Amino acid sequence: MSRLLVCPPDFFRIAYEINPWMRRTNRVDHRRAVRQWHELMRVLGKDVGVVLEQMTPIPGLPDLVFTANAGIVVGRTAVVSRFRYPERQPEEAHFEAWFRGQGYDVVTVEQELFFEGAGDLLGFSEYWFGGYRQRSDIRVFPILSERFHREIIPLELVDSRFYHLDTCLCSLSGGELLYFPAAFDVYGQAAIAERVPDKLRLPVPEDEALRFACNAVCVGKHVVLPTGCPTTQTWLRMRGYQTHQVQLDEFMKSGGSAKCLTLALD
Amino acid sequence: MNHYQERVCLQGHIIDSLVLAKVLDLILMMGGTFDLEDVHIGKTREEASHARIRIQSASKALLDDILKAIQPHGASIEREADCRTDTAPADGVLPDDFYATTHLPTQIRLNGRWLDVDRIEMDLAIAVTEAGSVAQAVPMGEVRRGDQIVIGREGVRVIPLQRPRERDVFGFMESQVSAERPHGHIIADIATRMRQMREQHGERRSDSHVLLAGGPAIIHAGGREALTWLIEQGFIHILFCGNALAAHDMEADLFGTSLGYGLTAGRAVPHGHEHHLRTINRIRAIGGIEAAVTSGMIKQGIMAACVRQGVPVVMSGTIRDDGPLPGVITDSVLAQRAMRTLIPGVGLALLVASTLHSVATGNLLPATVPTVCVDVNPSVPTKLADRGSFQAVGLVMDAASFLSELARLLGKST
Repeated sequence: MSRLLVCPPDFFRIAYEINPWMRRTNRVDHRRAVRQWHELMRVLGKDVGVVLEQMTPIPGLPDLVFTANAGIVVGRTAVVSRFRYPERQPEEAHFEAWFRGQGYDVVTVEQELFFEGAGDLLGFSEYWFGGYRQRSDIRVFPILSERFHREIIPLELVDSRFYHLDTCLCSLSGGELLYFPAAFDVYGQAAIAERVPDKLRLPVPEDEALRFACNAVCVGKHVVLPTGCPTTQTWLRMRGYQTHQVQLDEFMKSGGSAKCLTLALD
Repeated sequence: MNHYQERVCLQGHIIDSLVLAKVLDLILMMGGTFDLEDVHIGKTREEASHARIRIQSASKALLDDILKAIQPHGASIEREADCRTDTAPADGVLPDDFYATTHLPTQIRLNGRWLDVDRIEMDLAIAVTEAGSVAQAVPMGEVRRGDQIVIGREGVRVIPLQRPRERDVFGFMESQVSAERPHGHIIADIATRMRQMREQHGERRSDSHVLLAGGPAIIHAGGREALTWLIEQGFIHILFCGNALAAHDMEADLFGTSLGYGLTAGRAVPHGHEHHLRTINRIRAIGGIEAAVTSGMIKQGIMAACVRQGVPVVMSGTIRDDGPLPGVITDSVLAQRAMRTLIPGVGLALLVASTLHSVATGNLLPATVPTVCVDVNPSVPTKLADRGSFQAVGLVMDAASFLSELARLLGKST
């Protein structure tokens, strides 16, 4: 059974601005955010049937709720993130402590290399895509590739609204891919097209991309995605996926949605 | 010339992701050029690839801009180290692992800065001044005990030749030796260069000297008149030759023969073989070539033209020389030194009808100097190329025909 790491949004708010979505004036309705998060947990736990591992929220770390950026987990090894922005760097120690507490072999990347975990590294069993330029450093991928014997195809993220790879690209269990082409340069678009055949690729329309259709959680034949993405949903259903929509607009104020709120542990 | 360069490395899955293509495109789009020095493509999907790229640009600022633009894509500047030096243990002796130069533009890294090596020439060592501000190529024999000499290969870089902007025969900068190709266009290109260089020489521009190194076959074959004209008209600015060219040139003036052959009659004249000895003897008696010309004893010819035009002549002796003429340098190391002092400023070298002087001069020339080697024997340009002067354009033809055609193209009436 799949396990996901999550963190309750007790201290979630917009405390700083480190991506174009964040506006401190755009206050989070905290009660509403808590409700939305619990609804996501209910869908994941009950409808999808995953095991949810909760870590303890920490006051003053509003983005700890976005556990996708804790790092990446491969087998019993966890690579802990190194955040680009100082605002999120204090999260590193807490994620690291959680991994150690769970008995993972913890690996850290070089001090001067930024790496924002599953937010920028995702893909299929044989190869991964690595998003760089906005947050993660491209130099981290050869290191991880060597460590995990996995091909990592770096993709430059060229639109600051799609600052993590998981905001504009989502790999599905059947080998399909959701992505927003304009978030990549022509080289990245060509590299994606070279790897994933046309019929397995859905170029998500811009309005749905801006609702973070690509920030979806896929577990087996289930896909949990934000509301307001009908084209994506229809395509997924045609491909045999069961879709679950969750309203997560409070988290969109911070530039995150379903995928950002989870980290795959297995 | 794209003199500013840096090496960068790129690694990871750079082929399928098109990251390598992107970096190379960026370099070109920004106005730089690159050489892919080393590319290793991973044999399996998991195995990473790596590439070593040498980036060149016309200015330091542009190079910095390019490096700044490609670094986010993973290009890291190859770690550079200063060059190492050691002291010369004795006069004329280099440290054991001294760096041996090529004749290509070379730089050394000292105190974190890349410094051009002055007076580059093949097969020398590099000496560094105590202050570390000047680096100069130095022949083994000129080294003095205690000189700081570059050792090893670290911190030394050789800059390959760029194709010149001119689209003439020198654009290829490679030895093409064949008797079975038309020569006309090559000689026409040389003439065009020489015309430009005479203008530049008049304006005292750098690298505007035309050097001719020649053998006595120029006289025997009938190229004397053309070469004299070229010197008189200011197309040749330096002459390297041996005892023989000078002796037979003046023999022709005094006796109308070259090695005893009547130049106009075209046959051996009685006792003609003595003429060059008598010529040398007369020059020795009067004290030298310059005295012979200024006194009016020698009236015409190559040596007379050189004296009148103030063209410096280095005459290097050989083991079979008669006489020799006053002014012939019989110590070959001293002759080499005299030739070497005239190399800076040379912008075109014509090596005509002499194996010895062609190879000797070729050895002294930086690869950046356009060079033409003319000989009836194809082995001469070949030999020159084999000894490293790859920039020399080889022309397999007789010296007189070459010089006459060159002079005709430059305006000499026939």
